[in-house]
Amino acid sequence: MKNFEYASARDTRQAVSFLGTDWNAARIMGGGTDLLDEMKERLVEPDRIVHLPMAALDYIKSTPRAIVIGATTTIATLETHPVIKQHLPGLAQAATSLATPQIRNMGTIGGNLCQRPRCWYYRNAEYPCLKKGGSTCYAKDGANKYNAILGGGPSYIVHPSDIAPMALALNASVRIAGPKGERLVPLDSFFTLPNKNITRENILEPNEIVTEIIVPTLPVGSRSVYLKVKERDTQDFALASAGVAVTLKNGVVQVARIALGGVAPIPWRAPEAEAIIKGHKLTPQLAQTAAEAALKNAKPLNDNAYKVPLAITTLRRALLAAMA
Amino acid sequence: MSRNIENDTDEASDTVASSGATVTDSLSTPTMSDSNSESKRSGTSLSRRDLLKIGGMAATAGAVPAAGMLLAKSSDAAPAKTPGLVGPSAVPVTLLINGKKETLSLEPRVTLLDALRNRLDLTGAKKVCDRGQCGACTVNVNGKNVMSCMTLAINVQNVPIQTIEGLAQGDHLHPVQEAFIAHDALMCGFCTPGFIMSLKALLDKNTHPTLDDVKEACQGNICRCGTYPRVFEAALAAAQEMRNQPAKKA
Repeated sequence: MKNFEYASARDTRQAVSFLGTDWNAARIMGGGTDLLDEMKERLVEPDRIVHLPMAALDYIKSTPRAIVIGATTTIATLETHPVIKQHLPGLAQAATSLATPQIRNMGTIGGNLCQRPRCWYYRNAEYPCLKKGGSTCYAKDGANKYNAILGGGPSYIVHPSDIAPMALALNASVRIAGPKGERLVPLDSFFTLPNKNITRENILEPNEIVTEIIVPTLPVGSRSVYLKVKERDTQDFALASAGVAVTLKNGVVQVARIALGGVAPIPWRAPEAEAIIKGHKLTPQLAQTAAEAALKNAKPLNDNAYKVPLAITTLRRALLAAMA
Repeated sequence: MSRNIENDTDEASDTVASSGATVTDSLSTPTMSDSNSESKRSGTSLSRRDLLKIGGMAATAGAVPAAGMLLAKSSDAAPAKTPGLVGPSAVPVTLLINGKKETLSLEPRVTLLDALRNRLDLTGAKKVCDRGQCGACTVNVNGKNVMSCMTLAINVQNVPIQTIEGLAQGDHLHPVQEAFIAHDALMCGFCTPGFIMSLKALLDKNTHPTLDDVKEACQGNICRCGTYPRVFEAALAAAQEMRNQPAKKA
């Protein structure tokens, strides 16, 4: 990989001061599991790496209104932390579902939300695809077994994160530090579709850092579930996944938030499905109807029509698991 | 991750120093006792690895100047422009490896794996995929197993690092190492150090693992030869042995 200047930041303020307004000039590094991969493949060749040490933002705070997770908290910590396991089991399930023990020890929640796509055309430096500033999405008419069935165009990547759909279902927000101070952004408006921003997947500027993930406290009677289907049992990204957060009263759904992973360029909210189950007791038939509604606008490419029934079944099972 | 099959795009500047060592590895027999005894050898006689290294260097003579750059002395380090900012030339990096303090002069881009293998002659951790997928480079940093190929050496200064070479106590191998030998849990042996690090981490926190626990602990390790059944057998036997003789627990 290309050599670079290096700074280990004391805190986020100093880290921001080391970053600039050009993505190629400086990059922030947490666990480094995604960024180093991109650098070794020469997809990105920053002149400067700003390292945010793991200890900088490694905390999980439980307040009456929210559970606040520092951005450098590792995925392994999310898997095992008693607060997460007790109050946000879906988030612990999402953490366990991803990568390998070694990578979960390294990767951070902030980095996971901001990781780059895994589309094989994007990851191959030989293809000057749209995501890399080129003029073609090679997946659109190419080998697109793993690409998007919802929200695609002009790029058909899928968002690779497992934490993102679950955190979105949990109505989480991110705190972002930048040169002008901090801003708090709900995940609903954090991720951006390719038709808005072709070369990035979220609203972050080159000199901004996600510092915290804030998950509002769920009312009594709430449940969260994350269900993921992958080709390999371990160390694989989602073919389809579903994050579900519901609040029940006497078995009736009061509040529901649903997001799908592995099917769209961003973690994909499913408001149609949410509307169908709200105010009802969830039966297997209603779960099926809701799941079908979530996928009704799906537009498969040549090789990925299988994802439609797969995503429907994944969501139906996740909904029923949330009721169990 | 398994989808991204096109890699091996390493350029000379990264791998020149390791190319000789990689050849060496594939020709030598990387058993656990081998790597230990080799590190103890003095200059009185050439080891097979040393000999092959010389040959390897000659074969890549054209790229040697680049290797020289990578192995630059700390006196070559450029003065920092802004406080807190170092590199891109080599800078002093202090690593605590297997209880020993090592100060090296490394460019910021040097991974922990390359520092171990090319600078410290600790060739137990293997460079196979170099993308954090195969687990052959697994080492323990500050109590947690990581992929050393995806870890910058400069990021893990002054924290305890344990490699496969640090598991044995004197001439006594770790029970997991013993069990791998007793159960013939390796064929080509390239993945072995990584598997042993993963299984040691499991047995450190779980003295009564089930077969599923063992499989889960090995999620991040790939064995090209497919020796998984023997690996699992060895792990369960090592757990039994460690329960019988808790004093042996390293």
